[in-house]
Amino acid sequence: MANASEAFAALGDPTRREIFERLAARPMPVGRLAERLPVSRPAVSQHLKVLKDAGLVIDQQEGTQRVYRIDPRGIAAMRSYLDRFWDRSLAAFKAIAEEEGE
Amino acid sequence: MIDPVLREVLVETSQARAFEVFTAGIDRWWPREHHIGKSPLARAVLEPGVGGRWYSICEDGTECDVGKVLVWDPPRRLVLAWQITARWQHDPSFLTEVEVVFTAEGPKRSRVALEHRNLERFGEHAEAIRKSIGADTGWGRILESFAASAVA
Repeated sequence: MANASEAFAALGDPTRREIFERLAARPMPVGRLAERLPVSRPAVSQHLKVLKDAGLVIDQQEGTQRVYRIDPRGIAAMRSYLDRFWDRSLAAFKAIAEEEGE
Repeated sequence: MIDPVLREVLVETSQARAFEVFTAGIDRWWPREHHIGKSPLARAVLEPGVGGRWYSICEDGTECDVGKVLVWDPPRRLVLAWQITARWQHDPSFLTEVEVVFTAEGPKRSRVALEHRNLERFGEHAEAIRKSIGADTGWGRILESFAASAVA
């Protein structure tokens, strides 16, 4: 499995995070992913490759289609997402708590 | 065993106020872009006390549960249940813990340490779902899409 910092870096890109979140909701082939994103299909394929190399998604040939899904073993994916999530949330929390003063 | 997510911030405010902003003031800092509902997030809510609901209200009025309060010990400690699965859905049978410890480092300085643990359950849960709907091909997949659209 890829290390967490690699997964973290892969999810640092907003389009890749969007792709990852959509695949977390349900598995789908690259064509269907590309339909609903403002980037070209080759760009989506490139993002998928990065996510795959980072151990976040897996792909599987199903008939004529290659279907992508988040790696169910890749808890590293969820962990790096949450790591980033709490990092940003606590930064926002700190800003609010300090901004309003007492 | 998966390492928990550990995060810590030093906040220039009192311990009591740090606890207050984290809980009662959650709507002011909860990130808008991380949201499981279909409609934009209107408000984040954390009800005080053990058993209190942790949820968000969408602009269309629907409510999306995140989890609930497990430990309520103001102004020192808070344990929340995060019940959103790796499929980005709330599931009351799924539970990971978020513990937040507030430590006074001075009258106007607090350390806030957060630990999100039991992360291995994300994988166990995904595996349990996969098994419960059978093989990942044929009928299993059809049932899976049905289940996905039924909850969507």
